[in-house]
Amino acid sequence: MKTKKELTCIGCPMGCLVSVELEDGAIGEISGNSCPHGKEYAEKELTYPERTLTSTIPVDGGEIRMVPVKTALDIPKDKIFEAMAQVRKMRLTAPIEAGNTVIKNIAGTGIDIIATRTVNVGVWI
Amino acid sequence: MKEKEDYFMLNKELVIIGAGPAGLAAAVRAHEKGVSDILILERDDAPGGILNQCIHNGFGLHTFKEELTGPEYAGRFIDKVRELGIEIKLNTMVLDISRDKLITAVNPDDGILEIRAGAVILAMGCRERPRGALNIPGSRCAGIFTAGTAQRLVNIDGYMPGKEVVILGSGDIGLIMARRMTLEGAKVKAVVELMPYSTGLKRNIVQCLDDYGIPLLLSHTITKIGGKKRLESVTISEVDESRRPIAGTEQTIDCDTLLLSVGLLPENELSRICGVELSPVTGGAIVNESLQTSVPGVFACGNVLHVHDLVDNVSAESYLAGETAAAFLRGESSGREILIKTSGGVRYTVPAYVSPSHVTQPLEVRFRVGEVYKNSFVSVYFDGQRETHLKKRILTPGEMEQVLLRPAHFKKHSDCKEISIRVEAD
Ligand SMILES: Cc1cc2nc3c(=O)[nH]c(=O)nc-3n(C[C@H](O)[C@H](O)[C@H](O)COP(=O)(O)OP(=O)(O)OC[C@H]3O[C@@H](n4cnc5c(N)ncnc54)[C@H](O)[C@@H]3O)c2cc1C
Ligand code: SF4
Repeated sequence: MKTKKELTCIGCPMGCLVSVELEDGAIGEISGNSCPHGKEYAEKELTYPERTLTSTIPVDGGEIRMVPVKTALDIPKDKIFEAMAQVRKMRLTAPIEAGNTVIKNIAGTGIDIIATRTVNVGVWI
Repeated sequence: MKEKEDYFMLNKELVIIGAGPAGLAAAVRAHEKGVSDILILERDDAPGGILNQCIHNGFGLHTFKEELTGPEYAGRFIDKVRELGIEIKLNTMVLDISRDKLITAVNPDDGILEIRAGAVILAMGCRERPRGALNIPGSRCAGIFTAGTAQRLVNIDGYMPGKEVVILGSGDIGLIMARRMTLEGAKVKAVVELMPYSTGLKRNIVQCLDDYGIPLLLSHTITKIGGKKRLESVTISEVDESRRPIAGTEQTIDCDTLLLSVGLLPENELSRICGVELSPVTGGAIVNESLQTSVPGVFACGNVLHVHDLVDNVSAESYLAGETAAAFLRGESSGREILIKTSGGVRYTVPAYVSPSHVTQPLEVRFRVGEVYKNSFVSVYFDGQRETHLKKRILTPGEMEQVLLRPAHFKKHSDCKEISIRVEAD
């Protein structure tokens, strides 16, 4: 079956609307992009889209209440909600160093969640 | 040892107000340029400014060649400031700056603090336009927040402001919060934008809205707010070219939360008190190539000067302020020689004035345009003669642009009276 998919390239502010022809899921002709970057972007988005997930986790005994975290590398886009469900169940205890792993192998992706801010022991007011 | 007392008097070579990315970068560079007696004053309980609540990634691609989150980007500068031993006073609110650079501040440890500064760098950042500036009819019910306030509640305080959300304005903070609230389990029903285009970055529209199937309604506005104690619904309408609601296009959306993301304003209460001349276009100070305001020895950088979309530009600008403040402290002065005229779509430039003798390396002039231009040129004229003609595939109000004024330009036009920057069709 032939279908068409449109997506906005995020490579630059032009924001070209790139259309991709799909034949039984396989990528066919790509048009609408003003430069090669748009084609590359569309191919990646349609075959293996990935995102960085960032969130926060509550901390006990720290100088701040929430520690910001992120996936150490991008994870598949369709794993975002599963990853979030796991993140939302977590609670941590200070101290935490920026860069520390706080969840291993999030949502079975093989990628860890790491802290992006240092939280020293303390009391928040 | 100093006794704790109500009144405290200090002398400092350089005082920086605000420990966001602007203040921190300015401090680092001033220190590198030989100023050792520096004090940073910050009203919050931690350095880092707005970046502490911007937990998403997308910072520092230009500065560090990698994508960092806000706290990580701030962390790099905080570490550097600590390493250099630069003093930061936290929980310290600056209340007043006099024209002769006497600063009054207050904090719980010192009480009232007076500091005589040799030079001052203003780096207070910006604040969001509040609801009052919007004029939406409807009751004053709970559940209406600026997007930045919601961001602070969720990311710093760990508190979700609501479950069913509509966002007015498609600025980046609103887009980022649409995704953030969705990930935390809320239903974001729509982002409503008055203009026919979004002022947010394309990347944010794709990764914060499209990824989660959140509709972006362009040329729409909110015409009514429903609910008595707590927000219950908003009514939206399409608008015509002159941005007036079109009768018959109303639809009501049930929601308990409305986030406003309708623009940022430089935070210039203190600058005003100090007598700094402000631009009616940017809301920030009018500065020369040294980023010096109309008050000698008072400099400005970052969002307090003009609103930036990229923190990398904030850092670059603030390095310059640190450098020129150091030069001022060594006794170099700078004035206001040539005014940069703007026309043809260019809304403002920073700096607004240039002294040719101070342009010893290419000078970055940043500006914004008033509307979207495709396939056009940015031109720079020296006394009516075109010296720069840059082809631009796209110029949008949402993205800050820059051109370089080079020492060679000033050498060629040694008697230059006027510089003008404009957008041209060809
Ligand atoms: C929500 C949001 C999302 C963003 N997303 C991105 C992005 O994805 N990528 C990117 O590159 N850029 C992004 N930016 C832009 C960038 O982060 C900002 O432009 C930059 O942080 C501004 O730095 P600043 O130091 O000028 O201001 P701020 O960070 O606001 O710092 C100003 C500091 O001054 C202090 N202060 C103010 N008044 C006083 C006073 N009277 N006394 C003492 N202290 C005072 C404040 O407490 C604050 O700490 C974003 C900005 C916002 C607001
Ligand atoms: S295709 Fe090229 S020109 Fe178009 S948005 Fe992508 S990067 Fe920009």
